[in-house]
Amino acid sequence: MSLAQTGKYYLPQPSLWPIIGSAALLLMAVGGVMILREIHNGGWVLLAGVAILFFMMFGWFGEVIRDSEAGRYNKQVDASFRWSMSWFIFSEVMFFAAFFGALFYTRVLSVPWLGEGDTMQQLWPGFKATWPTAGPGLAAEGYQFTPMVAWGIPAINTLLLLSSGVTVTWAHWGLKKGRRGQLIMGLAMTVTLGSVFLGLQAYEYHHAYTEMGLTLGAGVYGATFFMLTGFHGFHVLVGTTMLIVMLLRSIAGHFTAEHHFAFEAVSWYWHFVDAVWALLFILVYWLL
Amino acid sequence: MSDAAHAHPGHHTHPTGIMRWLTTTNHKDIGTMYLWFALIMLFSAGSMALLIRTELFQPGLQLVHPDFFNQLTTMHGLIMIFGAIMPAFTGFANWQVPLMLGAPDMAFPRLNNWSFWLLPAAGLMLMSSFLLPGGAAAGGWTMYPPLFIQGGISYDLTILAVHIMGLSSIMGSINIITTILNMRAPGLTLMKMPMFCWTWLITAYLLIATMPVLAGAVTMLLTDRNFGTHFFNAAGGGDPVMFQHIFWFFGHPEVYILILPAFGIVSQIIPTFSRKPLFGYASMVYATASIAILSFIVWAHHMFAVGMPVAAQLFFMFSTMLIAVPTGVKVFNWVATMWKGSLTFETPMLFAIAFVCLFTIGGFSGLVLAMAPVDIQLQDTYYVVAHFHYVLVSGALFSIFAGIYYWLPKWTGHMYDERLGKLHFWLSVIGMNIVFFPMHFLGLAGMPRRIPDYALQFTEFNQIATVGAFIFGFSQLIFLTVVLKTIRGGAKAPARVWEGAEGLEWTVPSPAPYHTFEVAPVLSK
Amino acid sequence: MKGTWQSGVGALALVGSGTALADYAYNLQTPASGVAQDVFQLHNLIMLVCLGIFVVVFTAMFYSLWKHRKSVGHQAAHFHENTTVEVIWTVIPFIILVGMAYPAARVVIDMKDTSSPDMTVKVTGFQWKWRYDYLNDGIGFYSNLSTPRQQIDGTAVKGEHYLLEVDEPMVVPVGKRVRLLVTANDVIHSWWLPAFSVKQDGIPGFIRDSWFKADQIGTYRGQCAELCGKEHGFMPIVVEVVSEPDYQAWVAKKKGAAQTAAADHGRIFEIAELMARGEKAYQANCAVCHQENGMGLPGTFPAIRGSRVATGPIADHIKVVMNGRPGTAMAAFGPRLSDADIAAVVTYQRNAWGNKMGDLAQPAEIAATRLRVAKASATQ
Ligand code: HEA
Ligand code: HEA
Ligand code: HEC
Ligand code: CUA
Ligand SMILES: [Cu+2]
Repeated sequence: MSLAQTGKYYLPQPSLWPIIGSAALLLMAVGGVMILREIHNGGWVLLAGVAILFFMMFGWFGEVIRDSEAGRYNKQVDASFRWSMSWFIFSEVMFFAAFFGALFYTRVLSVPWLGEGDTMQQLWPGFKATWPTAGPGLAAEGYQFTPMVAWGIPAINTLLLLSSGVTVTWAHWGLKKGRRGQLIMGLAMTVTLGSVFLGLQAYEYHHAYTEMGLTLGAGVYGATFFMLTGFHGFHVLVGTTMLIVMLLRSIAGHFTAEHHFAFEAVSWYWHFVDAVWALLFILVYWLL
Repeated sequence: MSDAAHAHPGHHTHPTGIMRWLTTTNHKDIGTMYLWFALIMLFSAGSMALLIRTELFQPGLQLVHPDFFNQLTTMHGLIMIFGAIMPAFTGFANWQVPLMLGAPDMAFPRLNNWSFWLLPAAGLMLMSSFLLPGGAAAGGWTMYPPLFIQGGISYDLTILAVHIMGLSSIMGSINIITTILNMRAPGLTLMKMPMFCWTWLITAYLLIATMPVLAGAVTMLLTDRNFGTHFFNAAGGGDPVMFQHIFWFFGHPEVYILILPAFGIVSQIIPTFSRKPLFGYASMVYATASIAILSFIVWAHHMFAVGMPVAAQLFFMFSTMLIAVPTGVKVFNWVATMWKGSLTFETPMLFAIAFVCLFTIGGFSGLVLAMAPVDIQLQDTYYVVAHFHYVLVSGALFSIFAGIYYWLPKWTGHMYDERLGKLHFWLSVIGMNIVFFPMHFLGLAGMPRRIPDYALQFTEFNQIATVGAFIFGFSQLIFLTVVLKTIRGGAKAPARVWEGAEGLEWTVPSPAPYHTFEVAPVLSK
Repeated sequence: MKGTWQSGVGALALVGSGTALADYAYNLQTPASGVAQDVFQLHNLIMLVCLGIFVVVFTAMFYSLWKHRKSVGHQAAHFHENTTVEVIWTVIPFIILVGMAYPAARVVIDMKDTSSPDMTVKVTGFQWKWRYDYLNDGIGFYSNLSTPRQQIDGTAVKGEHYLLEVDEPMVVPVGKRVRLLVTANDVIHSWWLPAFSVKQDGIPGFIRDSWFKADQIGTYRGQCAELCGKEHGFMPIVVEVVSEPDYQAWVAKKKGAAQTAAADHGRIFEIAELMARGEKAYQANCAVCHQENGMGLPGTFPAIRGSRVATGPIADHIKVVMNGRPGTAMAAFGPRLSDADIAAVVTYQRNAWGNKMGDLAQPAEIAATRLRVAKASATQ
């Protein structure tokens, strides 16, 4: 059964932020399509959308933070936040599942099909199904690339992210025990680790594009590689940004040992991003 | 503003006029907006269907160009599913879940507003694509590549619209799940809550699990179209069929997303007008959960003709057939609820009875399709069109009509016009069967779907179907009339509108005040 | 599929199918192969089981609706669960389903067994026509809709086989196991012949196989069954089942025709000859998109009349036609058309509908272009 009731519920006021957010997404979508179809000023429309989205996030989150600091969120609201964050992370898991599914399907099923039986003899003569591959059509045109190996930057990145999982937990202990120094220190270390990860990832992409011939267009290997690591990288970016906000809020003295769900939500999110990386490291980089 | 005032928002002044709707955090306002949006979309997509049917009235091309025909088919499917049926159910959830649980509102009222207001943005993108060069997307609502890779600007716009609608569904579902899990009145345990809440709880779970997968699938489409990836292109090692697997991993649970809330509505209505509690409450819950779980492992029954290995063909055939068991439990439970009741036949009950009977016809044709060898004959024919309109029109849509008639007095405080309601019902049932029953024969005889023109032997049944479509379509104007009349006035509705109705929503006055249950209710039983 | 259920169902099947005389308009088409026969029976069986359950359940419901009305004063009972009946109506449907699954599984296994064929035909779907390559006999050809546009637009009376007729049917000998290797060139199509109960999607880049053995000589008609764009409704399939000698005669004729076509390759053509040939090739291959009058469909298919390509350097024009525009509906016609046809269609486009380039292409130029492309990709 739900929480013991305090008898009163918290209900927010009417708010303009949602409709602003909708306008932002509409502009972003339209602007994005305009860019793709090379229509003039698409970039500006997209930019306007992004700007409005940021404006909305500042405004909306600001309101939430003020409500929280004013102590308007009772136990029930806190539990709602916990449920919703868990379900949100579940939805993210399913989003990644689609791409992991694509990786599985191509590696285990469709690429081997291309290299055997009538499909190979009639349509792609001589194609050898190996992984990684740029696919039979690109291979026939002489397309070549070097696959990414696990035991360089990716391994270092794995270490970075795993230790960031530890530091954020250490920060959480600090918060629960009321040791603000440890909280701030732990968060700062996590942010640093996340940022270094992103830097290395950017370097790796650059290297792949300029020297290894490994691009989004490098067949299914390139596509799954960049889409999986790219979406993951984007999540690290979002996570790091949220961690910075938590850091600033901690410095401003926002959290108490009992009441700090925002911090916990971000740390859950960070652990999720961590776990995805572990899978990526094994399935995308390691098991070639 | 003091904190105490915040806890009692009812005492605040609210913005009026358009700002009330733009900024509202009230579940009733938001529910109303969802329902109106759904109705507008139903009429838009329905008008497209009527155009389709007009073109198909006789062989030859008369009215529309083949490409425009495909645009109509695609947008009709997409808008009906994402614009009409799903928002309508979400509208019901918004109105009814807090009322049924004794909660003051949804768990996240602001987020709730955003979930709604994303829909008009997406709807605008879809509808406006008809005006762009090349017209709207014409690759079918299933968006299969490589066909969907060929098109122009509208295809990108459609993909992004699907993203936005998905976002709206995910946020809406998180809200509903959280509300149901965390906002129930003290003492209202999960196994005591109304069936409608159960079905929505499970629907929301399905949505959260599958909408992101759809988002992933269409993202791959987008990058294949614009950024040179080869997910669905064999030359790069990809496979067009992979899209179908990912799409239907979403798509099959999606069809239960479109029917579980309908089961919920019907499970509220039948006991009321039978004056007898729902038979087999617990088994209903388990059946719903089983349907949801099974729905994740049956997706490839949409793909029996792609040429899967025998083992896969057999697995998906068996698992699909299995879904008939829990669904059957539901049908039997409804019949048992009516058994030895004290039945009356107001409009909501009429729609609910028609639902049970006609949905079962759709279920049986689904079972015929589940037989892989038979499906190979029937895949992509009008038999499939008949199947899914039986489950979607006389299933999902009829349950929505039933629910509107059932709760409209609670929402507006007025009784609807029973005579017009019954007229709407009879014209709808008769019209619906005239449109869609002959389609079974068309499919068996070999008429493919998604074609603007057909061979001569299919003429008669197509003409019958077109006539039925106009009867059915124009009867919906009666529905609109009834709704508008009820909002304007009519006999005063009491708190407990229906003699046999049970549940918290019937303890508040009609119309339900703007704020209900600001203090948790005490359960009497 | 010689189960005991078969004979019982057979009699009822006639009922389920209306009358046998009514051309089976209420049931599947008359089966013309063993597998189709099995599918037909399976469908009847399942229909009847469903019908039976439907009658039982809804007799009960309508009985209740009638007997337990409040208006006749029926008082509501209060029961709301009964574990025994709930278990029964979970288990019985399950058993019925197992009974249905068994025969269905046997048909699936039979359908999927493509081993030991007598001949193999590769079937390729194009937007919007089919191509048949007889791998054993070394012949291949395209099969186009042959219904005149006037019938479709309603300016001429529709013929008996409206939309279900082609210029070049697929021809197979009777009583032979024909294995089909189905694929597609551009988007997914589906090769469907109801009388043989074959429906196999053609997936671009993959081969999926299927098979049939026609029982009787005759002409059988089907259609593409997967949405493949604008003309999806206009790519029929016609299979002519003939006797073995007739089949051999047909093969010989086809081989002869191929030799005559090959002779065109080295020839030098006059512009008038090219224009006439080009018009034919254009109508057969290009007009569905670019339209008969060369005006295209704004926003979807560009006009050729006044197009920069068709009024620009001829080499670029040839390149577009041969290589297509990847990622658009404009396919590469290089592999599909003969050198002479490409030369003719290019010449035609440059000199028809007010395009007045006055220049022409010769088959030899096309052959040279082919060679260059082949070399370029070999050295890459
Ligand atoms: C509300 C939506 C909805 C629902 C509930 C269903 C329910 C079912 N559907 Fe349907 N389906 C669609 C919407 C839906 N479907 C749509 C939209 C498509 C087409 C998509 C597209 O291609 O565009 C489709 C297509 C579709 C196909 C693919 C057809 C093809 O393209 O070739 C198949 C194949 O197996 C199928 C099967 C089933 C089955 C077995 C059920 C079962 O859940 C039905 C179970 C119910 C019953 C069986 C009746 C009640 C049971 C009893 C009374 C018990 C006793 C019964 C027995 C023992 C037999 N459906
Ligand atoms: C929930 C979903 C839903 C609903 C309710 C409907 C409702 C209807 N559908 Fe649809 N349909 C689909 C979902 C749905 N459909 C899907 C998913 C497809 C597959 C798409 C694809 O292949 O990709 C499809 C495909 C489809 C086809 C096949 C097209 C093809 O394959 O080429 C046909 C053909 O007859 C059809 C007909 C109809 C008709 C006549 C109705 C009627 O019930 C509609 C009744 C009409 C109204 C309710 C509108 C009333 C309007 C007026 C009275 C006019 C007044 C107008 C104004 C005031 C503006 N539908
Ligand atoms: C399936 C539809 C389709 C068919 C059939 C087709 N085309 Fe095209 N064609 C297109 C499309 C779409 C484009 C535009 C491609 C783009 O966007 O760049 C095009 C472009 C062209 C162009 C370039 C026009 C310009 O101004 O850019 C030429 C020349 C052309 N086609 C010739 C042909 C010839 C010759 C044939 C037949 C042998 C043919 N096409 C058959 C769809 C088709
Ligand atoms: Cu080819 Cu449809
Ligand atoms: Cu399904």
